[in-house]
Amino acid sequence: MTATVTEPRADTSAAKGTSRGTGGARRRLPRIPDRVRRGGLPYLLLLPAVLLELLIHIIPMIIGIVMSFRQLTQFFINNWGAAPWTGLDNYRIAVDFDAPIGEALLHSFFVTCVFTFFSVGFAWLLGTTAAILLQESFRGRGILRAVFLVPYALPVYAAVITWAFMFQRDNGLINHVLHEQLGIIDEPSFWLIGDNSIYTLIIVSVWKGWPFAFLMLMAGLQNIPRELYEAASIDGAGIWQQIRRITLPSLRPVNQVLVLVLFLWTFNDFNTPYVLFGRSAPENADLISIHIYQSSFVTWNFGTGSAMSVLLLLFLLLVTAVYLILTSRGRKGADV
Amino acid sequence: MRHVRAASAVTLALAIAAAATGCGGGSTGTGSNESPKTLTYWASNQGPSIEADKEILTPELKKFEKETGIKVKLEVVPWADLLNRILAATASGQGPDVLNIGNTWSASLQATGALLPWDEKNFEEIGGRDRFVDSAVASAGKEGEPPAAVPLYSLAYALYYNKKMFADAGIEKPPATWDELVAAGQKISKGGKWGLGAEGGNVSNNIHQTFVLGQQHGADFFDKDGRATFTSDGAVAAVKQYIDFMAKDKIIAPGNAEYAQNQSLTDFAKGKTAMVLWQAAASTFAAQGMKPEDWGAAPVPVPSGTPGTGKQVNSMAAGINIAVFKNTKNIDGAKKFVKFMTGDEQQKHLNKTYGSIPPVKAAQADAAFGAPDLKVLRDTLATSAAPLPQVPNESQFETAVGTAVKELWADAAAGRPVTEESVRARLEKAQQTMQQ
Repeated sequence: MTATVTEPRADTSAAKGTSRGTGGARRRLPRIPDRVRRGGLPYLLLLPAVLLELLIHIIPMIIGIVMSFRQLTQFFINNWGAAPWTGLDNYRIAVDFDAPIGEALLHSFFVTCVFTFFSVGFAWLLGTTAAILLQESFRGRGILRAVFLVPYALPVYAAVITWAFMFQRDNGLINHVLHEQLGIIDEPSFWLIGDNSIYTLIIVSVWKGWPFAFLMLMAGLQNIPRELYEAASIDGAGIWQQIRRITLPSLRPVNQVLVLVLFLWTFNDFNTPYVLFGRSAPENADLISIHIYQSSFVTWNFGTGSAMSVLLLLFLLLVTAVYLILTSRGRKGADV
Repeated sequence: MRHVRAASAVTLALAIAAAATGCGGGSTGTGSNESPKTLTYWASNQGPSIEADKEILTPELKKFEKETGIKVKLEVVPWADLLNRILAATASGQGPDVLNIGNTWSASLQATGALLPWDEKNFEEIGGRDRFVDSAVASAGKEGEPPAAVPLYSLAYALYYNKKMFADAGIEKPPATWDELVAAGQKISKGGKWGLGAEGGNVSNNIHQTFVLGQQHGADFFDKDGRATFTSDGAVAAVKQYIDFMAKDKIIAPGNAEYAQNQSLTDFAKGKTAMVLWQAAASTFAAQGMKPEDWGAAPVPVPSGTPGTGKQVNSMAAGINIAVFKNTKNIDGAKKFVKFMTGDEQQKHLNKTYGSIPPVKAAQADAAFGAPDLKVLRDTLATSAAPLPQVPNESQFETAVGTAVKELWADAAAGRPVTEESVRARLEKAQQTMQQ
């Protein structure tokens, strides 16, 4: 094994004309004892990634979990190690659905579920439709593909703040078009406060999310052999049948990942509601991410905020696990 | 060997970083003088832009450097980020040496213990507590405790009105009572023009306005022990009175319910709205093309018509304070810098530039603050302004009640009835979310 690893390296460097660096590497390489290379080297190479992962994800997560068991308020953030230990109190407060804090959390959870369902659903539908339509080659397809990716490429803040301007009641473009130009609505509506705010949120979220679905599905479609369609059309299958029997089943593995990723991103989305509504969202659009942010950073109850975050994490883990079990079982079934 | 060294370097780096993450909150000691030649200063964004602030402040900092040999590294922080930045600095112990804070946050930040308390001794070092206006010092921390900061720029609310719109509607003088304001507003509110402007989506502004109305109804929103009393009759009446300007009196345009970016000032400058309740709006009006003779300023109305103390309060004591981070490495330099910024000359110059009122009495006497509109602000600050509740959970109060008022604006704008019960229900919910 060792020989097969080192030999091609030597060949390449010889062929390219040995540079000083490569030569050095070649000379150094044999000095590593076989034992290390076989046993330790892979781990050593993994080490930086593992350390960074620890530093960026695992340690903060553990700190967050520890915080959720403490009564961490403004009195202790200067020295939060001294915050009193409160056991499960923060969790009790978060899930006491008869009391206002728990009730508000539950409310924002339901709002987030509705928001996620429609955002992911529409983003997926739009992405799929656009990907299928742009499969056939025609004049201007390249430009359309590029244009469709613009929302994905734009900085979120800039894009969402533009939407916020457009949704303003008195000076916004949306009311101008709907009310003054098309006459669809009798009088200008509020989009950023009150009942409509959830629609605003879904519209902006779909606009922001569907190009990713489009990109993934377009890549997935490239992998479906054209012969399948040709054979199907010879057998008399129409376009709908082709989509139902060939396209969608072939896209299944892509969709499996896509829907999960979209779900996680949307459920946790913070930027869209924060830029649209500021630090206090309207009741109808009070997403859980904003709600937790408010509990932690605006009202300075970091302990309760951490407990809510941990609950959210557990919920997302559970959903992801169930989803993965169900979809992989389904795929096995399909393979058989 | 090399690998081992590399690995141990990475491990060491990790250990240091983990220590920084894990023990970030450990620094509670008072500052030292380890680096006496430099200071970092976080200035809040006061002027029209961050660049403008840098241009205004840099020459002053150079002056300070010339006087003391201490170099000041300036960072201007936008309002929206300032509180979060301060929180992060407090939690990590890695903050600036000197910083600006909004004075309504004083008690909350005081509770963290991260700021240097301004006891008599510290005040003596900057010339004594008596140099400052009382209401400004009262808004720098909890009553009975040394303030957490020193007042720097003071502001108060006034009623700004459009002279031409008043003349067109046959109104001779600015309203002194709320009844007169409603009557004037109703005369004007027709044909796309409106009497009064509001910023319904701005949670803090909602608090400022309802707090003042609360004072006039004898309600404080907190009792003596710092417990929330949001549902007291006075508080409910105050919030309802404010929302009723739109819901019942119809002198505020429904669109104002979603305003949060000072759009009401734009409406005022365009002649769409005749009155706004605002702090030091002169520079904004000028920036929007209004001439000084187009508008006037009067004290915010009170039921009796004569502003004063108690139920005659007609403004919150607004403003910006300057604070020192307790664990600064240059405590003497930091105090010197505070002394410099609150010195008579700096106070005159900076407040003049920013259109605010100096909290330093000697500087207030300057002729520049005698212009009619500034005189209104100055008198208000001196005689009829009260600080927002100086309680540690002030931030929670602003969000909870400010959001309740925001939702009530949305109800009023959508034509849903706003009743005493609906107001009380919203405030009840806000009160219940107050922990501690």
